[in-house]
Amino acid sequence: MERLKLATVWLGGCSGCHMSFLDLDEWLIDLSQVADLVYSPFIDVKEYPEGVDVVLVEGAIANEDHLETIKTVRSRSNILVSFGDCAVTGNVTALRNPLGSAEPVLQRCYLEAADIHPQIPTEPGIVPALLNRVQPVHQVVTVDVYLPGCPPSADRIRAVLESLLRGEKPQLAGREFIKFG
Amino acid sequence: MSVKTLTVNDRFISAREEETILEAAKDAGIHIPTLCYLEGVSEVGACRLCLVEIAGSNKLQPACVTKVVEGMEVSTNTPRLQQYRRTIVEMLFAEGNHICSVCVANGNCELQDLAIETGMTHVRLEYHFPDRQVDVSHDRFGIDRNRCILCTRCVRVCDEIEGAHTWDMAGRGTNSYVITDLDRPWGTSSTCTSCGKCVNACPTGALFYRGVSVGEMKRDRAKLDFLMTAREKKQWNV
Repeated sequence: MERLKLATVWLGGCSGCHMSFLDLDEWLIDLSQVADLVYSPFIDVKEYPEGVDVVLVEGAIANEDHLETIKTVRSRSNILVSFGDCAVTGNVTALRNPLGSAEPVLQRCYLEAADIHPQIPTEPGIVPALLNRVQPVHQVVTVDVYLPGCPPSADRIRAVLESLLRGEKPQLAGREFIKFG
Repeated sequence: MSVKTLTVNDRFISAREEETILEAAKDAGIHIPTLCYLEGVSEVGACRLCLVEIAGSNKLQPACVTKVVEGMEVSTNTPRLQQYRRTIVEMLFAEGNHICSVCVANGNCELQDLAIETGMTHVRLEYHFPDRQVDVSHDRFGIDRNRCILCTRCVRVCDEIEGAHTWDMAGRGTNSYVITDLDRPWGTSSTCTSCGKCVNACPTGALFYRGVSVGEMKRDRAKLDFLMTAREKKQWNV
């Protein structure tokens, strides 16, 4: 059997979903027998490769870099999994949306709450600008599989990966698999 | 008292003539999803989750306010109803700011339960992210309107069981919101008796005990039950 090309991507999230992925513990060894991790915060690969079979995308679309990244990820991946509540709903990352734009958040964090040298960081080309509205992944690109949870438990992640490894589309239902939060 | 016979999901059941489809189905052990409905207070048919199909009518009817009729043929879980219910739940999620992961009611929430029941893996509609107010001026309770679905359970329980009518509605459409007294801070209310029935009636984490953190909110619905039994049957079941 051809080895699965697996990738994971970290956008506007806390990395908790990736931590939960590590909670797969010894099953990760089984996974490594049948899949190659070709791009991920866990490994040192700079550029998102072509021909990825399955990608887990953690986090919402919160800045210009996320927006660019998700488009590349979509175009180079076969199955895109919206991985965790931030990717699926916006979740905590989108808590700032009712404020209307990025400006009040930047003002609050970098000016009003600053102890010393209050200034809003700007470094074109290095610090990506925040988007005015945080979006769930499926509002920006097509998503194939939704894996909710904050974070999704290792069991949920495993259920999704196992059915994708069998070549089936995961059919998640019930409290154990689709409860938000 | 006369008895009506009807079929629900091709099953013959009997019901008392004053019963609603929801009550009759419940007695027969048939589950119909509800959200604004709360046993012990009046029905308003607002959330539309209990809509059912009745043979011979194109119009869907809310089971909580539709009385049984002799020979009625009711379907409670057709693909059309399943699709409508999921859409209704998605609309509720899109209209407010429901963030389960940081909510006091996470794991104890009827909206969250309905999302699971209707198979909501994601919301297909665009989120509104409305700007809504939080009021923690009351000593013991708080309201986070971001989590309010406008079911009016708090309004009814306060009016009909406590008899205080502290809660009411203001605004129109998606801009509606629940208010205390004449839209004054809850803590300054001269009608609120601080009984906590609204907190126990709320299906989400909109109304909560102060000092409760994420996922800790537990309600005591038995209190409402106790009061209604005492009032209607004159039985004080301690």
